[in-house]
Amino acid sequence: MSARPPRSPTPIPFPATHQPIRHDSAPLHVAGTARYVDDMPEPPGLLHVALGQSAKAHARILSIDLSAVRAYPGVVAVLTAADIPGQNDVGPVVADDPIFAETLVEYVGQSLFAVAATTRIAARAAARLAKVTYDELPAIITIADARAADSHILPPKRVERGDPPGALATSPHRLSGHLAMGGQDHFYLEGQISMAIPGEDGDMHVLCSTQHPSEVQHLVARALGRPDNHVVVEVRRMGGGFGGKETQASLFAAAASLVADRTGRPAKLRLDRDDDMVMTGKRHDFEVAYDVGFDADGRILALDLTLESRCGMSTDLSGAINDRAIFHADNCYFLPNVRITSYRYKTHTVSNTAFRGFGGPQGMLAIEGVVDDIAQHLGLDPLAVRRANLYGGPDRNITPYGMKVEDFIADSLLDRLESTSSYQARRTAIAAFNAASPVLKRGIALTPVKFGISFTTSFLNQAGALIQVYSDGSVLLNHGGTEMGQGLYTKVAQVVADVFGIGLDRVRITSTRTDKVPNTSATAASAGADLNGMASFNAARTIRDRLSAFIAARWGVEPTTLSFAHGKVTAGEHAISFDDLVRQAYLARVSLSATGFYATPKIDVDKETLIGRPFYYFAYGAAVSEVVIDTLTGETKLLAVDILHDCGTSLNPVLDRGQVEGAYVQGMGWLTMEELVFDAAGRLRTHAPSTYKIPGCGDIPDHFKVDLVNQPNREETIHRSKAVGEPPFMLAISAYHAIKAAVAASGGSGPVKLDAPATPERVLMAVRARQSGTGA
Amino acid sequence: MADCVRFVHRGQVVTLSDVPPTRTVLDYLREDRGRRGTKEGCNEGDCGACTIVLGTRVGVLGMAEAESIQYRAVNACILFVTALDGKELVTVEDLAGPDGTLHPIQQAMVDHHGSQCGFCTPGFVMSLFALYHTDAEPDRTRIDAALAGNLCRCTGYRPIVDAARAMGRAPDTYTAQMTETLALLRSIERRETLSHPGGTAFAPATSDQLAELLLTHPDATIVAGGTDVGLWVTKQMRDLGTIIHIGGIRDLAGISRKDGFITIGATATVTDAAEILAPLYPDLGDLFRRYGSEQVRSSATLGGNIANGSPIGDSMPALIALGSTLVLRCGGMTREMPLEDFFLSYRKTALQPGEFVAAIRVPEPSADRLFACYKISKRFDQDISAVMAGFGLTLQDGIVTAARLAFGGMAGTPKRATNAEAALIGHPFDATAAKQAAAALAQDFQPLTDMRASADYRLITAGNLILKWQMEQALPPTATRVPAFARAIGGAA
Repeated sequence: MSARPPRSPTPIPFPATHQPIRHDSAPLHVAGTARYVDDMPEPPGLLHVALGQSAKAHARILSIDLSAVRAYPGVVAVLTAADIPGQNDVGPVVADDPIFAETLVEYVGQSLFAVAATTRIAARAAARLAKVTYDELPAIITIADARAADSHILPPKRVERGDPPGALATSPHRLSGHLAMGGQDHFYLEGQISMAIPGEDGDMHVLCSTQHPSEVQHLVARALGRPDNHVVVEVRRMGGGFGGKETQASLFAAAASLVADRTGRPAKLRLDRDDDMVMTGKRHDFEVAYDVGFDADGRILALDLTLESRCGMSTDLSGAINDRAIFHADNCYFLPNVRITSYRYKTHTVSNTAFRGFGGPQGMLAIEGVVDDIAQHLGLDPLAVRRANLYGGPDRNITPYGMKVEDFIADSLLDRLESTSSYQARRTAIAAFNAASPVLKRGIALTPVKFGISFTTSFLNQAGALIQVYSDGSVLLNHGGTEMGQGLYTKVAQVVADVFGIGLDRVRITSTRTDKVPNTSATAASAGADLNGMASFNAARTIRDRLSAFIAARWGVEPTTLSFAHGKVTAGEHAISFDDLVRQAYLARVSLSATGFYATPKIDVDKETLIGRPFYYFAYGAAVSEVVIDTLTGETKLLAVDILHDCGTSLNPVLDRGQVEGAYVQGMGWLTMEELVFDAAGRLRTHAPSTYKIPGCGDIPDHFKVDLVNQPNREETIHRSKAVGEPPFMLAISAYHAIKAAVAASGGSGPVKLDAPATPERVLMAVRARQSGTGA
Repeated sequence: MADCVRFVHRGQVVTLSDVPPTRTVLDYLREDRGRRGTKEGCNEGDCGACTIVLGTRVGVLGMAEAESIQYRAVNACILFVTALDGKELVTVEDLAGPDGTLHPIQQAMVDHHGSQCGFCTPGFVMSLFALYHTDAEPDRTRIDAALAGNLCRCTGYRPIVDAARAMGRAPDTYTAQMTETLALLRSIERRETLSHPGGTAFAPATSDQLAELLLTHPDATIVAGGTDVGLWVTKQMRDLGTIIHIGGIRDLAGISRKDGFITIGATATVTDAAEILAPLYPDLGDLFRRYGSEQVRSSATLGGNIANGSPIGDSMPALIALGSTLVLRCGGMTREMPLEDFFLSYRKTALQPGEFVAAIRVPEPSADRLFACYKISKRFDQDISAVMAGFGLTLQDGIVTAARLAFGGMAGTPKRATNAEAALIGHPFDATAAKQAAAALAQDFQPLTDMRASADYRLITAGNLILKWQMEQALPPTATRVPAFARAIGGAA
């Protein structure tokens, strides 16, 4: 197979930055030659690992009989908690995520033991043969259960400003409401996988599909009872991540490593899809309650907002996720008197985790729901109410958490998109259509996005890079960021190529490895290009400065007069090719490798009160979505999407557009069709694509227009670009509100009661409530 | 009897004599052959990452100049290797030229930025390869149909649709080498039963061989397309016992039209059946367009969908509403029964030991009969129905004389709503009658609540569908149905 690399001749523009350059792996992707962990050649003696799972949501383990598991043909080893030399835990923040449950299980699917066999089928079959006896305990499954039981994984947090109760009492209008929104499975196409290869003297090399190699390294080392310097974690690429491989890869990496360590044989653990969906955390589902006071224009005077989330059985990242929900419960709107209270519930379900947006979407959906309800209550165009509430002016530019909004552009985005999408004309046409259409109703909505960029855990905002220039002038690039399809490697390589003034084809992009760049943060929070782009820029500049000093001295010119461009270095009439310069520098004993480092400036937030500046800057966007609904069945169809999104000065407009479109569709899935159903016993009933439906090709309208706002970031980011991974996810809130608008058109008046996801069932029930007058 | 599976791959005949009969093509490719371009995403035929293409000899068989190869996408993860027998196999690694030059589809995907993480990409490439070979200028509807079985979580699909529109149709090496490939396919045509070593799996070549085998192995698991049975292996890890693979029986795959009936052989794929039925019953065409995905329809058979006895199979309510019958065969005896009588209880059918479904007979349209069907699911494409409804009425002088209202998802079997039917008979088909029929559904069904829908939703929607159907007598479907697709259906253009 594939003796030769696939050829896809594409001219490489120079300079590369800001150019629409394809993903570096695209020719490999389409030829099937891009290697994921499961595609790596399998080392001789490889064992395949499967995990035994809890059948109960909450129970004491009375006994585990593994004799049938051990006796199954092909089984080589069975490991339990007693076989762990180090710590039985993979909790990323708090040590409450056991690798193998010992005495207590707290969700259906929780890992009990590992079985290693000579084939994957044998391991999977054997894992089901354990005889476990349980003493069942009362299980808390839903948010309502947790509220009733006062079951918290972390203490509640509150951000408050002004006098919310007083301002509510004196507001001319007052409304309260409730909204429930579901969680979301990541459904990365490549499931969780790790392959651990034992080396000499306790070394372990782990190939892992993870967004956070340093954390996997640390947790594997801790489980093995060894220092971090014994473990190397390597990631070339993931088949999708979306936050689901930030903390969730560790359990499987640890289990594979334990098997490798105990048996001395390489070990691979690849989850079957159903197991992946049952055993790994998801987006937090939320319930929201609000009490809002406003004036006749819909301008909010006071808001008391409660956010409740299902965190699952352990802490994981739920603290930071729920913090971010608070940080986005203002979206683009100034809230003069505000109280936001956040409850983080412990439940006996899988521990919920990071997912694109990281709490931001839930906070934003909450405030957008409030604004929409105000508009419906007053009978105003929701866009007018949104506009009335925007940040702006010296009296209206402080967020509830005390950060000054200095770079606000959502107002101009709304204006521009309202015009380019013909929002008002379409709104009129839709009203006419609805008046004449008995069964089908259409709806349209325009919603804005303001998303804070930076890890809210401030110390994570750092990155490192390692650049090696070989004596032939070719460049090897490593940084702490991981590639999950977003094109990070391509973007960073563009930056580096331009520093040296060489073609992008001279920069080789290789795996992210913990032995190349240490102590990295997860590729998360949209910050991959911001952080690693700048760290790599700094590394490249270090080498370029050395090269400059060397050649400037030789030529007798000032280093500042040198130009690095088109593969050449020039100064006046002096010129040398980059490759020759490197060769000569090497002969002159100039160091040709360097590390680079970057720490985001300006950020500072109190992690208890949440007051301060958690974000370096904000990214903005706005979207118009139009839908049609069937009032007899609740079926919906997205008809048209117009997006205007802010990537600063885009590092790569085609990759950024890809992020915007993909994020919108993923958000649309969250809000319309992706439904996680847990039964009363805590079993996930939607654990495969047969029952859990993510958007398909046919769900995407032909009219899907995306424009990027090409304005420089006001902060000094890498080439004044902006982060793009998460912010556009929330553009899909417009699709949800378009459905609400269509439901409103089916009859009745006042706010539309519609929980998310807006499945056909929820839409039909909302329509019936409107038509029977119980919906308001 | 033959004892090895033979197929064509990269211009060579490949012979497999030692692969277990429930080995999936995906595991065979990745683990046995080390061809790891084809990916496993879900292991149940729902995500399409494992899509491969099978080439089948079609046309006037035996007349070399009238033969051609039909390329169809299938899911390798739930396909047993036996299904490769007699076919040409194409996987993602096979498309680029020997010097690494990408196939036009692959190049279009690169040029239009159709991959991000790249894990689903090989599957998309293969679905587009099948499309490339069946439709010269696919419109958006056709593209959506071709890609409905491929999930992408990164791109949002727009760039992939652009690639599909731009891929062109310059003849590729598969077209150029068709004559040689056809000769190879002819050389491996099988007329005798294939028997796996160990004697626990068979693949008869004719219906007579099947009838005989079933008499000696009445408990055997019959596998046609395997789109459901495959999951018994990949997900439930069940031991299937003796298997009889019937997908290669050509004389059960035929579709004929005479005496007012369309007779569909039990191993005709859903794709093939849809091509014949869609022009006759446009609603049925729409339904089949949403039945699984192109990959599923290219493997799955109508006979399998019925014989499987599932309460949520899409085709049964529609076929029952049309008054279809089943031809059952046991040894040399055949009998025919109304389709609705076939389903006894949950997953239990009227099949006797040694008996098999030989054909489905669907009446042709007539002027005095109305027909419609509706599928309600969370996602439009490739989703299992929450409610499936098939409605048929016979009218004389404006009065309903016979009614067949059949539903799926409402009970343990596909079932007629006899009370609702009774409410219509003897009345004009007007809003009042429709309302009464809808109200009567509560006597016909006590549906379940599950992850797809609540009992309430099912009952309300089922009734609303009757109301909608009645409204559609006066309103065009564009006024009553969300405009998800035009009336177009998969298959050769």
